[in-house]
Amino acid sequence: MHPELPVGAHLVPAAPRPGAPHVPVRERHGLHHGGRGLRPGGAGAGAGPGLRGAQEESGLVRGTNVFGVLRAPRAASTEALLLLVPCSEGSKNNQAVGLLLALAGYCRGQVYWAKDLIFLVTEHDLLGTQAWLEAYHDVNLTDIQSGGIPGRAGAIQAALALELSSDVVTSVDVAVEGLNGQLPNLDLLNLFHSFCLKSGLLCTFQGKLPPPEGPSGPAYAQSLRTLGLMVLGQAGGGPGGAHGLFLRFRIEALTLRGINSFRQHKFDLGVLGRTLEGMFRKLNNLLERLHQSYFLYLLPSLSRFVSIGSYVPSLALLLLVLALRALDLWMRLSRGEEGEGETPPGEARGSLLWLVPPILVSWGAGTALYLLPVRGQAVATQHFPVGEAEAVVLALIGIYVAGMALPHSTHRALSGGGQRGWMSLKLVALLALALLLSCLALLNFSLGFLLGATLVPPAAAVRPGGNRLPLAVLLVLTTPGLSLFLAVLLERELLEAPAGLGEAWQRFLGALGQGLLQEHLHGAHLSPLLCLGAYPCWLLLWNVLFWK
Amino acid sequence: MAAAVLLLLLLTAAGPGPGQADAGRERRGALREELLLSPLPTGDVAATFQFRTRWDADLQRGAVSHYRLFPKALGRLVAALGVRELHLALTQGFWRTRYWGQPPLQAPAGAELWVWFQPTVTDVDKAWKELSNILSGIFCASLNFIDSTNTVIPTASFKPLGLANGTDHHLLRYAVLPREVVCTENLTPWKKLLPCGSKAGLAVLLKAERLFHSSYHSQAVHIRPICRDASCLAMSWELRQTLTVVFDFFSSGQGKKDWSLFKMFSRTLTDTCPLASQSKVYVDISPKNKEKELLEVSPPPTSVHEAIVQGDRRTYAVYDLLSPSLFNTSRSLNVQLKWKRPQDSSEMPIPTLHAQRYVGGYGLQTGEICTLIYNTHPYRAFPVILLETVPWYLRLYVHTLTIITKGKENKPSYIHYQPAQDRSRPHLLEMLIQLPANSVTKITIQFERALLKWTEYPPDPNHGFYVGSSVLSALVPSVTAMKDMDVEQSPLFTSLFPSSDGSSYFVRLYTEPLLVNLPTPDFSMPYNVICLTCTVVAVCYGSFYNLLTRTFHVEEPSRGGLAKRLANVIRKFRGVPPL
Repeated sequence: MHPELPVGAHLVPAAPRPGAPHVPVRERHGLHHGGRGLRPGGAGAGAGPGLRGAQEESGLVRGTNVFGVLRAPRAASTEALLLLVPCSEGSKNNQAVGLLLALAGYCRGQVYWAKDLIFLVTEHDLLGTQAWLEAYHDVNLTDIQSGGIPGRAGAIQAALALELSSDVVTSVDVAVEGLNGQLPNLDLLNLFHSFCLKSGLLCTFQGKLPPPEGPSGPAYAQSLRTLGLMVLGQAGGGPGGAHGLFLRFRIEALTLRGINSFRQHKFDLGVLGRTLEGMFRKLNNLLERLHQSYFLYLLPSLSRFVSIGSYVPSLALLLLVLALRALDLWMRLSRGEEGEGETPPGEARGSLLWLVPPILVSWGAGTALYLLPVRGQAVATQHFPVGEAEAVVLALIGIYVAGMALPHSTHRALSGGGQRGWMSLKLVALLALALLLSCLALLNFSLGFLLGATLVPPAAAVRPGGNRLPLAVLLVLTTPGLSLFLAVLLERELLEAPAGLGEAWQRFLGALGQGLLQEHLHGAHLSPLLCLGAYPCWLLLWNVLFWK
Repeated sequence: MAAAVLLLLLLTAAGPGPGQADAGRERRGALREELLLSPLPTGDVAATFQFRTRWDADLQRGAVSHYRLFPKALGRLVAALGVRELHLALTQGFWRTRYWGQPPLQAPAGAELWVWFQPTVTDVDKAWKELSNILSGIFCASLNFIDSTNTVIPTASFKPLGLANGTDHHLLRYAVLPREVVCTENLTPWKKLLPCGSKAGLAVLLKAERLFHSSYHSQAVHIRPICRDASCLAMSWELRQTLTVVFDFFSSGQGKKDWSLFKMFSRTLTDTCPLASQSKVYVDISPKNKEKELLEVSPPPTSVHEAIVQGDRRTYAVYDLLSPSLFNTSRSLNVQLKWKRPQDSSEMPIPTLHAQRYVGGYGLQTGEICTLIYNTHPYRAFPVILLETVPWYLRLYVHTLTIITKGKENKPSYIHYQPAQDRSRPHLLEMLIQLPANSVTKITIQFERALLKWTEYPPDPNHGFYVGSSVLSALVPSVTAMKDMDVEQSPLFTSLFPSSDGSSYFVRLYTEPLLVNLPTPDFSMPYNVICLTCTVVAVCYGSFYNLLTRTFHVEEPSRGGLAKRLANVIRKFRGVPPL
């Protein structure tokens, strides 16, 4: 039973009443990322269309976050729950602010709170949220500088982020993927889902309606599409909403997006307010942190999930391929050693030395790919007529493609190690790839699976000599860069908004820029992983293919 | 014959008995009770009850057998265990100094106990253990959980509040249980210690149902020796029972802030406790900003008392329940307070000293305890003693201790640090820090979260582990000069802490308790199943392996029994091979 929230209360922002112990406090943050990141733009040359967001976010951004704490009676401020409304420029999320104030006013009159409630409105969307979180926990993870926080409320147990695009809501979309593929506890999602069912709120996941009941073809297709979107979103490693930044601090969080998709059935915000209040009451009653349910899962729909026990074997089998291949190579290599008398004396045991240049060159190329575009940004904008964001992306693509020419140049300098040479090199490549994928399987399964599914077949098949063309085509198709492009295409396809090649190219450029930006703003791991992990592994395979 | 002598001896021994009782009757005991109602800057109302039982007897020396006002349970405890001073506070909630101002009596969230023992006590730790167990029984609180892992011996923060010859801090014990939940079961035994119980006098108002429908609830017992008179030639014992409640009228009164005794306690005052020698209700009606009074109290007070409390000049409306005129007009007293015009809460007075404490960092490996101490005095600097007690499972790195004021390092003039010992002793950090005028001092110290043994986790390990409040003690310079008052005459709420001189007043402040998560193994069912399966497999495998690899052979039954064994022993002595 939840007392009714006054309908339409969202139109009247609750004035700060005298005597209300919720303390409106302000906190300032400034964002500097000049040092190593994207420099503040000077003369504004046109940025790539996909990078408009990046262009706006570069430079010095100042903002003010506003938050209030509703103190629970007879509690010592050791635990708190948080409601977040991220705001950006314009009146994009005004309805959510209104709902937040109405909810705060309502909660103030209730006596059952055992945990403090924090109501937070952040400026500049994720930047403000990141700044507030860093200030609250008194850490500095990124280049964001934040002012002090005048009031705290202990350990935050759970958080909900609210985004409303209009005051008429036909459905609520829930986002779970956090930074670097972290997910909130499944119980939080279940809690939201059960409240949706209770209040008759239509809720969607990944923008998809729940699949029709019962086992049927369309239902499976719908579930598969939803699952695919979740895997792609999780593999991307970006925060799927403002909640994504909370997970790092071990705060279980969800983003709820009220969406007006112009359906017949509409909800007023009172229903949403009641749902939020109900969720907070449930969380308020928890004695421990949310820990009972799964932290690692995949969702084909809101009501069903795939547990880690079911999906990990798929990646494990992929890794088994690598392991068997590596074992096979190892056996062949050692058998060659046993029959050493038969091999020509030119191929000595010290042939491992031949492996050093290709490995060094591959990882050197990866490091260059990681460092040069951002470091050399200023130089590029000085000497070439490109915008800074464009310069970064173009440099990225340039270095990436140039790396593919390396095997030819390195081989010209070295005499090939023959049969044993490429086998040892492939062994190293397989082991490095297996190591990378097994680490990823634990950290971000979706990313690991996508990389595994693309890289394992060519890794198993690649060998020099013979007809190289089909293998070369296969390798080029599965290079991480092209996989990213294909993923962009696939995502549009799954969203049922297929993109043409031109649009996909623009989105691909945007994704590259976003990947770099998210690393510098929030500490996302995707770009260093691809640059320093997957790309050098792939280059080693490429080297094996062109071994002489 | 012997029995007769014994009887005679007993009689003579019992002889002085009546004489002692006479002396006991001469010994004066007095009960003063008082209720202080003060509206807080945020619009809440704080009600502070104080009941002071004073007894002009020496509990320690001579067997006192006749108890009149002083509760026997506590009196015998003090006598038996050699207690010099005892301070026990049970608190639910947290006093928000920043918004509510300085309270008359501070207490940390949870249970706090600190005791000074007599120098005659030889084994202080044993007496402390016994005392906490007995108190646990008296007050129905989990004080029996006080052991060496949460007891510390502060060197500077806690001085005796009563008469004391020496301050050898080895006679002091201090412990806080931040997790203690305070409820009716703790209130009832506390009320039973009152001479009139909750039948008459101010204690009528102590209705549990209302007291726990509040923002803050704190009850305390203070026992200390005091001077019998101004010349201080003899000693008296004082028992103070205090109770502070903060009522929030916003949520219950539809946004109105007018209040009355009935609204707060759902009772009114009808009579006085016949044992009380003084029974007064004080209402803080101090005007703010020298303006005309905003408040209106009814019925008209018996008198008006002006005092300087905690550096502020305050005006109190006093209702003397013993004065016959009060109950003449109406049968009951229901003090009411009305605001004449809406109070603008825009400028809230900020207390001179307040603090904030939190855990910084994230992840389950390390963290940081940060304490911010604010001195808002415009021109006076003053020192503050910080006492930090941290459980052993947070391993403090003392080399990371930094104290920064206004961007510069602030060197403490006194540091006492006692490192923790795993599973036996907490960290104790005491520092004397100078706070410059109008400044914020940030104290940070990093810690590492220890991995506990699996049996050491509580049933709810994912709730987190509490770190008790840290204690700030300071002599805060006063803006208005205070004049010395006669302690016996002044209201009780001004007289617990001794005031040193007129220019400063003593403040003890407690910061928030902290909730810290430790790395916790998965205590869920799969984990248990794995553990159990491993154990079963290990046991089964072990016994099967044993069975399979053991060789059996028939042993000859030994014949002869005892005789043969004896013979063998003898043969062994002789050096002959046994049979």
